Amino acid sequence: MRFEGTKDYVATEDLKVAVNAAITLERPLLIKGEPGTGKTMLAIEVAKAIGAPLIEWHIKSTTKAVQGLYEYDAVMRLRDSQLGDARSADIANYIKRGKLWEAFESDVRPILLIDEIDKADIEFPNDLLQELDRMEFYVYEINKTIKAQQRPIIIITSNNEKELPDAFLRRCFFHYIRFPDEETMRAIIDSHYPGIKARLINEALKIFYDMRKVPGLKKKPSTSELIDWLKLLLTDDVDPETLKQRDPSKLIPPMHGALLKNEADVMLFERLAFLARREQRGGAS
Amino acid sequence: MFQRFFTELRAARVPVSLKEYLTLVEALDKDAIPPDVQDFYYLSRAALVKDERHLDKFDRVFGTVFKGIENTADAVNAEIPAEWLRALTEKFLTDEEKAQIEALGGWDKLMETLKERLEEQQKRHEGGNKWIGTGGTSPFGNGGYNPEGVRIGGEGKGQGRAVKVWDKREYKNLDDSVELGVRNIKVALRRLRKFARTGAADELDLDGTIKKSAREGYLDLVLRPERRNSVKVLLLLDIGGSMDSHIKLCEELFSAARTEFKSLEFFYFHNCLYESVWKDNRRRHDEKTMTWDMLHKYPSDYRVVFVGDATMSPYEITYPGGSVEHWNEEAGAMWLQRVAQIYERVVWLNPTPRAHWDHTPSIQVVREIIGENRMFPLTIEGLDGAMRELSR
Repeated sequence: MRFEGTKDYVATEDLKVAVNAAITLERPLLIKGEPGTGKTMLAIEVAKAIGAPLIEWHIKSTTKAVQGLYEYDAVMRLRDSQLGDARSADIANYIKRGKLWEAFESDVRPILLIDEIDKADIEFPNDLLQELDRMEFYVYEINKTIKAQQRPIIIITSNNEKELPDAFLRRCFFHYIRFPDEETMRAIIDSHYPGIKARLINEALKIFYDMRKVPGLKKKPSTSELIDWLKLLLTDDVDPETLKQRDPSKLIPPMHGALLKNEADVMLFERLAFLARREQRGGAS
Repeated sequence: MFQRFFTELRAARVPVSLKEYLTLVEALDKDAIPPDVQDFYYLSRAALVKDERHLDKFDRVFGTVFKGIENTADAVNAEIPAEWLRALTEKFLTDEEKAQIEALGGWDKLMETLKERLEEQQKRHEGGNKWIGTGGTSPFGNGGYNPEGVRIGGEGKGQGRAVKVWDKREYKNLDDSVELGVRNIKVALRRLRKFARTGAADELDLDGTIKKSAREGYLDLVLRPERRNSVKVLLLLDIGGSMDSHIKLCEELFSAARTEFKSLEFFYFHNCLYESVWKDNRRRHDEKTMTWDMLHKYPSDYRVVFVGDATMSPYEITYPGGSVEHWNEEAGAMWLQRVAQIYERVVWLNPTPRAHWDHTPSIQVVREIIGENRMFPLTIEGLDGAMRELSR
């Protein structure tokens, strides 16, 4: 069972090694990287590639670690008992299984995605240490230990909003997805839009990487934004020549809304265009 | 098996633990990778480094420890001034070789040979990949970047073998203490959180309600106050003069702090704290707050953060009347001492690099007053330490 990337997902060599090591050693894999570099996509694609079911657990700021294990719905039970429902006699009816439980009980080895773990409270990862290490937990209400039939492959993503505790990190493999270089980017584009005109890619990539280099951008455009932008260019059938025009007054590329997501950034570009125009006029006179 | 690698990593302050090392050994034991140094690099990186800030350090250590496992000839990628090379020709090449070079007619060939020689030289003296830059005995004694340098082993060589990944040091700018943006600052400031439930009880306490209802036999709602960050911060910023060059950094810190702390109070001062502070820098001469008033108004559970370069003449701190702007009755040191006495938690964030501190007397004076370990550089690392100190 080795992960070699898929036709929709271009995995770099180091990413493959990290994923395969995590699979072989049955340890969680922690993925970090700039937004839009395909952290969440990785879990989906690994699941697809090795044919395992994917269980997704999206973390919010209010998510608690126990919710991944199970929840005891006491209010429902109270209500049922007042209505005289026979179900209320058995406490097991009110235990709701969490994602981790689901993953532990799966017949085939599943992939568990814990998405954006940094969104949760600082203590969240610590509360999961034992469960991820031993792959078992105890349900007090029904007096039962839930143990993983097969250790699931766990992929955890983080956007670096909070630092993760050392004890948690020690149990994981770690991979930092770097922003793809031009060559990788071409492969990525090719996997999304096979047969796209090479000239269009050339010009678009040039603009894209130039744009990322502009100092002071509040949010640099990322891979997913490039893909969206290319889609717009394709559907609108924009001529590569238009992109190629190095006319400073057109410094803002067409459909820039897909790349720049912040009005301050758009303003910055407009100001740069204005300066370039003035410079050009000054140079001509 | 790789104990030297492990100890070197720890020496380079990459936080690696035994558990992680054992994981790596286990992975090798289970043949997780083909026996290839490149794959080994990727695997050890995934197993041992858990924070992108340490990737650069890791690359450097890996390069040092495993040098020679792969053909290193193409990995040399450094700038060496041309005149050094010429001088070295005399030293390193025999006459025969010189003649050979003539015969081969290539400066390229010459460099090739030189490079090999230098490799040997470097191994004897340094044993590392930092052979340009340190070391008294190396011919590259105090070398550094020279714009006129000749690139050895660069792209032009054309054997088509790739430079090793770890020697490219692509993670260089992820090393900590380099990048400091508002977001990063916020993350660092978040260390300073102390949640408490205070104020009006207006949030439904579900667990409490269930418990109470079960006991009473009827639905009994329990309310509790909302959870809030109860940390109170007093931010004192040095403004103007020598601080102008750090203004962007301070702005970022300020905007991050404003959103992160609910009860944040701030005041400006110039160079050193004296008898008055102000809130609006444009009207600093009209709308002043007496420092005594400030000290009385904010109780001692406030955490005080000074931001300033503390770079001035020592007289401005130690003598009455030392201020550059006005006549101060009491020395700045007095005022700093008062702050340090009243408030238990005080830190000073200094935007000047750590390395300069020991050479600036006024910084020493300030550190003596507020405490040796309470001054931190204004970097992510420093901010982190400062917040730790404040939340202790």
